[in-house]
Formats: sequence, C-alpha cells, structure tokens
Amino acid sequence: MYSQKVMDYFMNPRNMGEIEDASGVGTVGNAKCGDIMRMFLKIDENGIIQDVKFKTFGCGAAIATSSMATELVIGKTVEEALKITNKAVAEALDGLPANKVHCSLLAEEAINAALWDYAKKNNLDIKGLKPPKEDIHEDEIDEEEE
Amino acid sequence: MKEKIVYFDNAATTKLHKEVIEEMLPYYEEHYGNPSSVYDFGNKVRNSIDEARDKIANLLGVNSREIYFTSGATEANNWAVYGSVRRLKEKGNHIITTQIEHHAVLHPFENLAKEGFEVTYVPVDEDGLVDLKYLKESIKDNTIFISVMAVNNEIGTIQPIKEIVDYAKSKNRDIIVHTDGVQLVGKQKVDIKELGVDLLSLSAHKIHGPKGVGALYIRKGLIIDNLLHGGGQERKKRPGTENVAGIIGLAKALEITLTNFDEKEKQILELREYLIDEVLKRVPHVRLNGSRNKRIPGNANFSFRFIEGESMLLALDMYGICTSSGSACTSGSLDPSHVLLAIGLPHEIAHGSLRVSLSQYSTKEEIDYLLAKLPGIIENLRIMSPLYEDFIKNKEV
Repeated sequence: MYSQKVMDYFMNPRNMGEIEDASGVGTVGNAKCGDIMRMFLKIDENGIIQDVKFKTFGCGAAIATSSMATELVIGKTVEEALKITNKAVAEALDGLPANKVHCSLLAEEAINAALWDYAKKNNLDIKGLKPPKEDIHEDEIDEEEE
Repeated sequence: MKEKIVYFDNAATTKLHKEVIEEMLPYYEEHYGNPSSVYDFGNKVRNSIDEARDKIANLLGVNSREIYFTSGATEANNWAVYGSVRRLKEKGNHIITTQIEHHAVLHPFENLAKEGFEVTYVPVDEDGLVDLKYLKESIKDNTIFISVMAVNNEIGTIQPIKEIVDYAKSKNRDIIVHTDGVQLVGKQKVDIKELGVDLLSLSAHKIHGPKGVGALYIRKGLIIDNLLHGGGQERKKRPGTENVAGIIGLAKALEITLTNFDEKEKQILELREYLIDEVLKRVPHVRLNGSRNKRIPGNANFSFRFIEGESMLLALDMYGICTSSGSACTSGSLDPSHVLLAIGLPHEIAHGSLRVSLSQYSTKEEIDYLLAKLPGIIENLRIMSPLYEDFIKNKEV
C-alpha cells in the first residue's frame, strides 16, 4: 500500500516533537476526520527557518507527510517554504496512494498555518501567505494526483 | 523483516483447516466434471454436492432442500434482501434493518429506499444491542421484511434474534425475517429452526473454509425472487456452475468447526478474557467497545484515545501482527465505522479503534506477544499526537 519511504518516515519520524519558544505554531485538520497536524517553526531574524517540529494524530501517511514536510522546509526562507506544495511532499515520499493525497495537502496547510501564526505575531506581511483553512476535505482533491 | 505472522483478524477471514484443503483437492484434480452433465463422471460430483448439502443441513438442524449455495455471504445477503422485498412489493412498502448491519445488507436497503421503499434503521444501545422496543414499535401493517444480523462483525454483539422473530411473527405471520449469520454460524451453537428465521446467510471463509462460497438458508415454503438469472442449478434458484470444491470445503469446515465446539469455545473465551483484562490493565485511556458478555468469544474491540487506528495497525504489522480497525483511513471514507458511531462513540474515539479477533488456532503465546508490543506502540503514537499533548497540558492547568 505505502512506499518504503512512507513506511520509513512513519516508523522513524524525523523532527517529531515540540519547540517550546516557537516563532510560529499551526494546527490544522480535525479529530472528526481522523487527522490533526501541528507544526512548530523556529525562524531567525533573517527569515530563515532554523528548526521545525511536528505532532500528528492520524494515519501512517499523515505522520509520514508531516515528517517529510518538516525536512523540506528546514533551512529555507519563509518565502521558499510557502512554495512547497503537497505534490512536492508526496513526491519526496515516492508517492502516496490516491486516497491519502489529502494527508499531503494537510501537511502543506500545516506549514502555511504555522507561517501565518509567525507573520501575525511579528506583524509581517508575507506575500502569498493566506489565512489557514479550517479543514481540508477530500472533495478538494484531484483523485488522479499521486 | 517479519519473522512471524501473528494472525488476529479472524473476523476478516480465517486459515483453512488442513482437512478442508485435503477434502477439496480431489475436486480440482480428479472429480472436475460438471455436476449438471449427463455422464457418470459429472453425476458423481452432483452426488458429492448433495452429500455436502445434507451434512450442512444436518449440522444446522434444517432440511437439505433449504440450503442454497452462493458465492459467499455478500451474495446471500443481497439475494435475501432483494429477493424478498421486491417480490413482496404489492403487499407492503416498509422494511426494517439496523444501523449496524454489514454493508452487504445496508447497501441493498439503501438501494431499495431509492426504489421507493420506506426503510427503518433501528438504533442500538452502547453495547451494540438492538433497541428492541424501537424495533417492535417500528413494525407496521405494511412492514414486509426485517433483517437483523445475528452477531456483529466489528464488536461481536449477539442479538436476540429469536425474540425479534417471535415478536414480528406475532404481529404478522407474513413478515419475512432474515439474519446475516456470518459471524454466528460456527461461532455459536445454532439451530436455525429454533431461531425461527425465514432466511439466514452464512459464509465458509469465516470458519476455516475456503473464500468465495457461502449459502442462503431459505425456509421451506418461502419463495423469493432469484437474484441471478441463468442456468437451472440449485433447483433453479441460483444459476451458475457450482463451486464444487468450495461447497465440499464449506461442509467440511462447518463439520470440523462444530466438532468439540464447547471445548474450543472455552479455550477461545479464556484467551479473549485474558487479552481484555491485560489490555485494560496495561494501557491507560482505553475502552472496550461492545458488551463484555453478550459477545462472541473470539471478538475484542478497543478504542485507544488520542491515536488513530490505521497508524496502530501499521505499527503492529511491523511485528507481523495482523489486526483491523474501524478508523476512516481503513474504511476508505472520511467517516469511521458506522457500527462504532451507532454505539455512540465520538468520531475521534472511533478512529482509535482496534479489533482483535481470535480463532481456535490463537495461542496464549501470541496474545502475550501482542501484549508485549501494544503498550509501547500506543505510547509512541501518543507522544506524536497533538490531541494527547493538549490533554496533558489541560490536565496540568
């Protein structure tokens, strides 16, 4: 069902945990649908993401995509992080089953939500940053996408 | 990587008894003739099918002419529902089932609702027991058909089928009562005549028989419409060349499963009780789903708070432990199991469910192996869970 990479990131999740004095924290998803992701970002004065941690309630794909998303944004500028798409997360994991694509969308959304929190706290106007969505639903996804 | 398989998903399917395979093999290798043929080579196979039918009928306390072989319980359930209801549409428009049926019953009911039938879905209590009062009050003058599963596949709850049949028939003798007996036959002692149902579906692969074969019991005197149309097999009720080896396997599986039944049941029950006791003792924030007592011996179903079921299954699978869950991620939809929601679980608790289903082949060593791995897996997943983080923080405040 899952690629070896997904299983690896599920069994040995990178960057799992919390950042106590995070620059931005975002939580997306809801328990009703079975997945919640929380991203913690540590961003330095130059706008470089120095550290990322995540916590996830959800299936194997949800855990693996959040972990992969942390790896993709670490060391990036805020602007670069904003450009990371769910597709990039899924590709980095060697693909996801069609019914799990929403997990990668949730990961993209979690990064966005944490950046939004950071921007709000610092009164920053970051180009391209949108307020976090309440929830990600499967009907928003193109099922063909892998 | 996986050195061993510890199989705890016997409600999904079971390992074939060795004797079943041995009994089946000659029907692939030697006796491959078509039972409908004129020549003796085929006739002998026809006789074997009839012997298998006799054996099954005997074991279930019914007449051989009341057993019709199908491709499995899904077909048997579809046949029972569609075949009865559509035939009776001139007599009434109201049909009753429960909220916790298998989809092989629920989806036909949903289709019939689209065709214009009025459907009542009877709710269940927190243990998964059908609300009898609700069911009884639902029966109206135009009620033609009732289907209630004998034992639930997810939480193992045993329903009072006889009481339902007796009441329905006292209201109106013509109401047809069907039960999905997939988790009943071979898991409980069953006397169909004593139960009193008109129709009962059963499956071979849940009782150490082959996949792809089942049967529908149709009470003598009852006529229902055919589901499939074609040849004259099964006394013109169910066309299609018989799954001969499957039928032979079904009969043998039922025979073996019902031999020394009390002994095996006691053994499974003891293991199940040990499993439940230990899980409740060793893991915090856990609940047992379904009734502690009114459930079949082989079933245990837990919900672990703050975590999601599929991640639990994957982690257990890393140790070769096969289990299942009612989480949305395993059902392929956004909603968790309809059964767990029907017993009143909130979504997030239903997402964290784990079903462990045992068989006569389950051992204490296997349970101990599960018990050794499970608490650590739960703890790891909770450490990752933002729900657990919030729970701990709220507790500290």
